[in-house]
Amino acid sequence: MPINFAINGKSAQSDAPKATPLLWVIREELKLTGTKFGCGTGLCGACMVHIDGERAFSCLTQVGEVAGRKVTTIEGLSTDSSHPVQKAWLAERVPQCGYCQSGQIMSAADLLAHNPKPDRAQIVEHMSTNICRCGTYPRIVRAIERAAKEA
Amino acid sequence: MTEVHRNALRKVPRKTDINRRHFMVGAAGLTFAVASGLRAAAAARGEVAVNPWVTISTDDTVAIISPAAEMGQGSLTSLPLILAEELDADWAKVRVVVAPPNDALYKNPQYGYLYTAGSNAVTSYFNELRQFGAQVRKVLLANAAEHWQVPVAELATEPNVVVHAKSGRRLTYGEIAAFAQIPAQAPTVAESELKHPDKFRLIGHDVVRVDMPGKINGTAQYAIDVQVPGMLYGAVLRAPVEGAAPDKIDDAKAKAIAGVVRIVPLPYGVGVVAQTPWAAFDAKDALKVTWTRTGKGWGFDSEKALPQFAAAARDMSRPTKLWAKTGDAPAALATAATVIEADYRNDLVYHAQMEPLNAVASVAANGEACELWSGVQSKSIAVTVAASALNIAPDKIAYHDMLLGGGFGRRGHRDEEYVHDAVVLSNAVKKPVKMMWTREDDFHNGRFNPLSAHFLRAGFDASGKLIAFHHRKACDEVTAFQDPVRFARQKGRDGIAYNGLDAPYYDVPNRLAEAVPQDTGLRTSSLRGIAHLTNIFAIESFMDELARKRGVDPSDFRRDLVKGNARAVHIIETVKRMADWGKKRDGSALGFTYMNYSGTQIALIAEVGVDRKSGALSVPNVWVALDPGITVQPNNILAQTESSIIYGTGFALSERITTVDGVVQQSGFYDYYVPRMRDVPQTHIELVATDNHPTGVGQMATPLVAPAIANAVAELTGVRLRHTPMTPERVKQALG
Repeated sequence: MPINFAINGKSAQSDAPKATPLLWVIREELKLTGTKFGCGTGLCGACMVHIDGERAFSCLTQVGEVAGRKVTTIEGLSTDSSHPVQKAWLAERVPQCGYCQSGQIMSAADLLAHNPKPDRAQIVEHMSTNICRCGTYPRIVRAIERAAKEA
Repeated sequence: MTEVHRNALRKVPRKTDINRRHFMVGAAGLTFAVASGLRAAAAARGEVAVNPWVTISTDDTVAIISPAAEMGQGSLTSLPLILAEELDADWAKVRVVVAPPNDALYKNPQYGYLYTAGSNAVTSYFNELRQFGAQVRKVLLANAAEHWQVPVAELATEPNVVVHAKSGRRLTYGEIAAFAQIPAQAPTVAESELKHPDKFRLIGHDVVRVDMPGKINGTAQYAIDVQVPGMLYGAVLRAPVEGAAPDKIDDAKAKAIAGVVRIVPLPYGVGVVAQTPWAAFDAKDALKVTWTRTGKGWGFDSEKALPQFAAAARDMSRPTKLWAKTGDAPAALATAATVIEADYRNDLVYHAQMEPLNAVASVAANGEACELWSGVQSKSIAVTVAASALNIAPDKIAYHDMLLGGGFGRRGHRDEEYVHDAVVLSNAVKKPVKMMWTREDDFHNGRFNPLSAHFLRAGFDASGKLIAFHHRKACDEVTAFQDPVRFARQKGRDGIAYNGLDAPYYDVPNRLAEAVPQDTGLRTSSLRGIAHLTNIFAIESFMDELARKRGVDPSDFRRDLVKGNARAVHIIETVKRMADWGKKRDGSALGFTYMNYSGTQIALIAEVGVDRKSGALSVPNVWVALDPGITVQPNNILAQTESSIIYGTGFALSERITTVDGVVQQSGFYDYYVPRMRDVPQTHIELVATDNHPTGVGQMATPLVAPAIANAVAELTGVRLRHTPMTPERVKQALG
């Protein structure tokens, strides 16, 4: 039985076994490669997506779990890099190697969706799920503060 | 706003482009001779290729080659920007084109091949790029002068425009491209004809990095993102120890997994090709392999070995390799009024680049050609690796250069073994294969910053002057493993392990630095900070100890040793002012460090608190002042410095690989801790731009963090920490 769900506002279908990590379905079946593979264990956040408006590690989510649900990836956050978090990311020149940044942006967008004016401690707590090996953390904080102000 | 060609990062030049570029390089170096036929072809496309680095189109676009690998450090932008400066190009009209893997044209002048490492891309290419840009500008001026029949001296340029002020006439570079004649010989450009730094419009002025827009919307392309029609997926179980081979392979369970296409026995492991990534990973996990005990690393226990390294470093009867010598340190030590000794240790460290290593290869059905996608620090090595694996000529490899999801020294080994994995798996099935390591593979196949033990001695004369410095380091010879070609070329001198061992910038009349080479058989590598990472932990910790034992302020002690260098003194004074060095803190203390890293002057102060109960160190603030000469992209230098502070924080406090019987014991972010947002200090950075030749910025703060923390702990508690990482357990033990 194929699994049906919505991704970035469009209907999608996967023939992968139910237990397949959503991450690989997104990347290799649906060819949405903005969502990254970093660790496969829910510890780095490179694979972060939104499921029904809540952030989730797509590497730990089985594709069977999203049947009938709505998934948003970095490609669906906006079609033109116009989401306030993306704009703030550019304004603060956050990315370096960039590999973790889709996941960082999805985590940040999730934070602001639930808490539009987070204080610094809340930002740090929420974003510590995501590893950036280039150490862009100081800029991520600034970008989230900017997005909160400008949104 | 920067214009980037959408496919700039994936562009593979057409055959004619490559030929034309080849043609333009003469025996004496760059020439401007262009074969008429090829020239006509370029003209037909509305382009004029002025030299192998620049193509100007009649639509006024200026395409500039960028030769460095982009792994987050920003060279993709900084290098063409240097050329654009002297060309007086309009940056909005510049299109950055990734260099093809052609060493003859695009080699890093320091290494002699396309290799991005050592934070030296800007340093190394700077003069050439300015020359090339200035030459092209001269050609454009000469063509305009000829066109208008005016003396060239009456002409000037504005961005992308040649101007004749007398007559008010203007020609865009694109308009000139339509009729330009390219001289057979490149015009010479004297040093005096280059722009004075006061006149820079691009250098020193931030532009948006060309790779940045794609990195906020998921379109930036890494090798792992490549999609090729008909592509299969590969995984490889590599031997746990270098030099071991599969002895018995039980692949029954692996073969039974749905979607598995082929099990591929390899000399160093077992490969799997499958229809999906999950089938490939599951099958790899289902393999049962016993390994031959060949390979030197078996039996190596890193924790047991480190005390032996420390004993070797202290044992003066051990054979050594001389690294550097000034004066006669042993004699000076023998007669010194005071001798102080200390030792320091460092554990193995993992790169943890965010993108697990991978590559995509598509070997032709007849095995005689291959298309390759990879993110590497040396693309010419990637091509060589693929060609040698298939026993075909390098020109049969169609190479696609991809962004790197982090490098940190891991992706520049002479064998680029993950590229090899992809090629041999594709060759086994003659289909495109995306070969991916899992994070666990990336750990188990890791190549680590080596285990090291340091022994240092200092001698003071009766007046209290530091007269002798002796540093011995017991450590694997990293270059021998990482790059045997370079190791041979350097006649066995191992810069990756020993650079900076003698602290040559400190004014000490007698200095001796010696390698006490070890041979563990472990897989070792350069890591961010390279040799300085561990050498400076030892040196800057030791300098702090010396100052304290002499009762001198640790910052004054260093300043006195660099007092002949105004830039160094300025940087030391700057960081002291930033951190309010003299001020006592409540419950925390400051630690000072300085270094001259490949010409970059840098000083760093860390503020540290200690939780005596748990042993956990907190680092609320880090201040850095640095002078890297000309600052090509200041905001990016700040980003690189923030980045290198945070990388150094992980090295200092938590990152630690161990081996038992030669086998790596860590497997993921669950048993190897890298800094998260909650762990990092507030960073305060002052960038001092000077008119000196630009020097490195990509990793300069990293080596100073650990010694600054240790020095702060000494200030706060009187206890000296001598072993990285300074984990809570170790701190607790040291505090007693």
